[in-house]
Amino acid sequence: WPYCRKRCSYCNFNKYVVPAVDEAAVRACLVREARTLLRLSQVQSVTSVFFGGGTPSLASPHTIAAVLEAIAGAAHLPTGAEVTLEANPSSAGTPRLAGFRAAGVNRLSIGVQSLDDAELRLLGREHTAVEARQAVEAARGLFPGRTSLDLIFGLPGQSRDAWARGLEAALGLCDDHISLYQLTLEQGTALATQVWAGALPTPPQDLLADMYQTARAMLVAAGFRHYEVSNFARKGALSTHNLSYWRAEQYIGVGPGAHGRFVLRGEGGRSREARVQTLEPDAWMREVQSQGHGTRRRVVLSPLELLEEVLALGLRTDEGITHERWEHFSPHLSLDAVFGVPGQARSLQQQGWLLLDGGGLRCTREGLALLDSLLPDLLCQLQ
Amino acid sequence: MVLAGRTAMWWARLRGPCPAAAPLSLPPWLPAGPVASERLYSSRGKEKLDMSTYPVESIRNFSIIAHVDHGKSTLADRLLEITGTIAKTDRNKQVLDKLQVERERGITVKAQSASLFYNHEGVNYLLNLIDTPGHVDFSYEVSRSLSACQGVILVVDANEGIQAQTVANFYLAFEAQLAIIPVINKIDLKNADPERVEKQIEKLFDIPIDECVRISAKQGTNVEKVLEKVIEKIPPPQCNTADPLKALVFDSTFDHYRGVIANIALFGGEIQKGHKIVSAHTNKRYEVNEVGILTPNEQPTHKLYAGQVGYLIAGMKEVTEAQIGDTLFLYKQPVEPLPGFQSAKPMVFAGMYPVDQTEYNNLKSALERLTLNDSSVTVHRDSSLALGAGWRLGFLGLLHMEVFNQRLEQEYNMSVILTAPTVPYKAILSSAKLIKECGKAEITIINPAQFPDKLSVSEYLEPTVLGTIVTPHEYIGKIIALCQDRRAIQKDMLYIDEQRVMLKYLFPLNEIVVDFYDALKSLSSGYASFDYEDAGYQTADLIKMDILLNGNPVEELATVVHKDKAYATGKFLCERLKDAIPRQLFEIAIQAAIGKKIIARETLKAYRKNVVAKCYGGDITRRMKLLKRQAEGKKLMRKIGNVEVPRDAFIRVLKRQTDK
Repeated sequence: WPYCRKRCSYCNFNKYVVPAVDEAAVRACLVREARTLLRLSQVQSVTSVFFGGGTPSLASPHTIAAVLEAIAGAAHLPTGAEVTLEANPSSAGTPRLAGFRAAGVNRLSIGVQSLDDAELRLLGREHTAVEARQAVEAARGLFPGRTSLDLIFGLPGQSRDAWARGLEAALGLCDDHISLYQLTLEQGTALATQVWAGALPTPPQDLLADMYQTARAMLVAAGFRHYEVSNFARKGALSTHNLSYWRAEQYIGVGPGAHGRFVLRGEGGRSREARVQTLEPDAWMREVQSQGHGTRRRVVLSPLELLEEVLALGLRTDEGITHERWEHFSPHLSLDAVFGVPGQARSLQQQGWLLLDGGGLRCTREGLALLDSLLPDLLCQLQ
Repeated sequence: MVLAGRTAMWWARLRGPCPAAAPLSLPPWLPAGPVASERLYSSRGKEKLDMSTYPVESIRNFSIIAHVDHGKSTLADRLLEITGTIAKTDRNKQVLDKLQVERERGITVKAQSASLFYNHEGVNYLLNLIDTPGHVDFSYEVSRSLSACQGVILVVDANEGIQAQTVANFYLAFEAQLAIIPVINKIDLKNADPERVEKQIEKLFDIPIDECVRISAKQGTNVEKVLEKVIEKIPPPQCNTADPLKALVFDSTFDHYRGVIANIALFGGEIQKGHKIVSAHTNKRYEVNEVGILTPNEQPTHKLYAGQVGYLIAGMKEVTEAQIGDTLFLYKQPVEPLPGFQSAKPMVFAGMYPVDQTEYNNLKSALERLTLNDSSVTVHRDSSLALGAGWRLGFLGLLHMEVFNQRLEQEYNMSVILTAPTVPYKAILSSAKLIKECGKAEITIINPAQFPDKLSVSEYLEPTVLGTIVTPHEYIGKIIALCQDRRAIQKDMLYIDEQRVMLKYLFPLNEIVVDFYDALKSLSSGYASFDYEDAGYQTADLIKMDILLNGNPVEELATVVHKDKAYATGKFLCERLKDAIPRQLFEIAIQAAIGKKIIARETLKAYRKNVVAKCYGGDITRRMKLLKRQAEGKKLMRKIGNVEVPRDAFIRVLKRQTDK
């Protein structure tokens, strides 16, 4: 759902703030594109569905239901399959959320971002801290054990203590899943412009590292498993859908600007393709109406490119890349044969950033925070 | 400085050989009247000119010398027009400056010459304008050009007055005992103050005010008067056609079809096609294919006679065969070579590397072609672990280096990495073993890697220059402080008028090669001018400084520095490196060391967090591309110990900071 009511100061996502959306038309296109792409992929069974993008909670439950029906009509959608919806506190009142639940949604991800009104204003959010609390409580009532909340840290001027206090408050509110994102200053956003112009302070590197480590310690102490760079879950409430990205499984992207990774069995394809749908909603709709889908770019991934993705994504998780999964993508060259031999990967292991053992290849606790510095060396070795 | 004494001597010399005030008598062999006004240039075709109608008495050989932008080339254009050498149009701008770099910078790099025909009081004169390079970087070439002359026109801007280069050029002419015609140019400008400039000239050069000619070369005002002065004041060359051939090579160029074209001045005898000649320097023998004069394009003549100036083509394949300052004579009729010949001596060295190693061969051939026309550049192959294969080039001076680099870019479309310039140091060895190894007790150190240890050296020497600064007096304080900071010793200070001061300082060359000129210009709002000349070597407390990354020396950053400058240089290099090396997984100590002693340190802290926060099913293609680019970049990095240093970090540390 590419539409938002307001532009947040930090967001450079493909989103559109328009006065009126012809929801029926968008709905029809989402349904049609989902059907077309599912047919092209010849996927038998869909394990999870994620409604993300701009602000999906602005769509009506009817639209969500229509898309889910289309999926269930084109492939098998098991009863217990994870169906997540991203919601903003400002469009997440109990009746609305109940409508989404009735439509088939069984997991909610709420964009709380902060529980401090000043921080929320800096981020350009529509809601207040009180509204955020109410939204989370409403969601927990309807989706117990399956409500996640997002927080942002590393805001200009934010101290480590302020962050710890905010997180403490969030811990008192949250369910069993929490995502913590370090603020990324994206080109073209209002916040980045202000920071780069010197109007707002740049958060120092070391402070960001401290904030991250503080959060990790607090969440682990509260019983959470740090299962991905920015994601924490307890009582096994991991996001099945997101895990499938990090495990480099196939996914179909539907809607303006959506990305997909799947094999086009329907066209006799054998290799995985990277696909991107047309960004601009009106153009996307025209394409869907005329051709059944709005794929703008498709690139066949080479076996090496696929392995590179397996590596770069898999190492973000605490389980890393298991021998089994690596073998699935690389039947002829084992993890040990690539990364166990003398070279950069081995010295990264000796320096304590990486582990390669019976469980597979994964980052150490310290290594995870530095993954982007490790990957170039590992990619070199993979080649 | 004994300015007064020298000036007095100059007067004595000028009045001696030059019949300045003597009335000119008409040479009887010259056709008078209307025939004389017939312009030889108008019949210029490929038919050969007969130069025998210009005996020594009707010849004047002269140069124009000036500070940059004072109007030397504009005056040359006007002289060429008045004498009909070139057609008078609005387009004649720097006719003699053929290179793009010359036109852009308003300087002369490659001297061009032109023969002008001019009738004065019924006599046909052959006026040879011998252009000189416009900077004392090229002082050797200037002095060779001047040695083909008997006089100079000294051009001074009526607004700017005497500048550093005016002074330096004056002394070159003065020491060559040439007649000097002071010309004050740009009198048409609103701020022109010729009276003041005349007073400066009188005070500094001891030339009477009434000797100065006020002109506007741009508008042509009084230019004819300059020609008259040339005829009146400059003596004809003193030589004889009956003597054996003695020709000075004062410049050479390379033509892809015809080989070397040598510009020559005949100090005796005559020369023509078919003559067998010998170079006094190389002893090689050649047969003359063609002689002629420059107008300013080559115009073949039957012969050239004593006193005349022109060109010669004689099957020379390389410019090094026609070395500037060499003497040519007829085979089996050797003559005493003209004095003062020396091979060009590089004063400033810099490493040159292709930006991309795949461009190595193209750059190599561009260098070869460019050095064909500029034999004063020395080229040695060199290589650096960081920058790859390249060369160590020796230049006459800083401007020479910049001009060479600019010509490479403009004429050969090459873009290069030029490292910070260094100077040739010397060491007097005391260790018998080392002396035996080197074959001599005094060695020249171009590369810091060759720097011998203090224990086996009795003294180190550094090159010095005598710098001249001319500045409005309000900047004196700042300039003196700058010079002191550069270890310079004041030799002279003189008010050339109420507002302007001339300072002379002995500088270690090393102190001015990098950014002195820029510093001077910026602290004087552009008003101070600077020039320098070679002043030999002096003993110096030199040391070799290493740069260490986590204790491992970085070979390409080792430098030879003066002890007093070690700390500042070390700190500067460490700071620059700190900014140029990306953070890594561990802390990096960046240190400057002399022997085992650390004199400066910067610490580059380890990365503690570097992982992208959000990574889902969105655009991972873009992310993978970025990671792969980083992976490719890693392969190009230079590893020093466990520290990875990107190539551009070296470039940022090594390359010159300032572009003038």
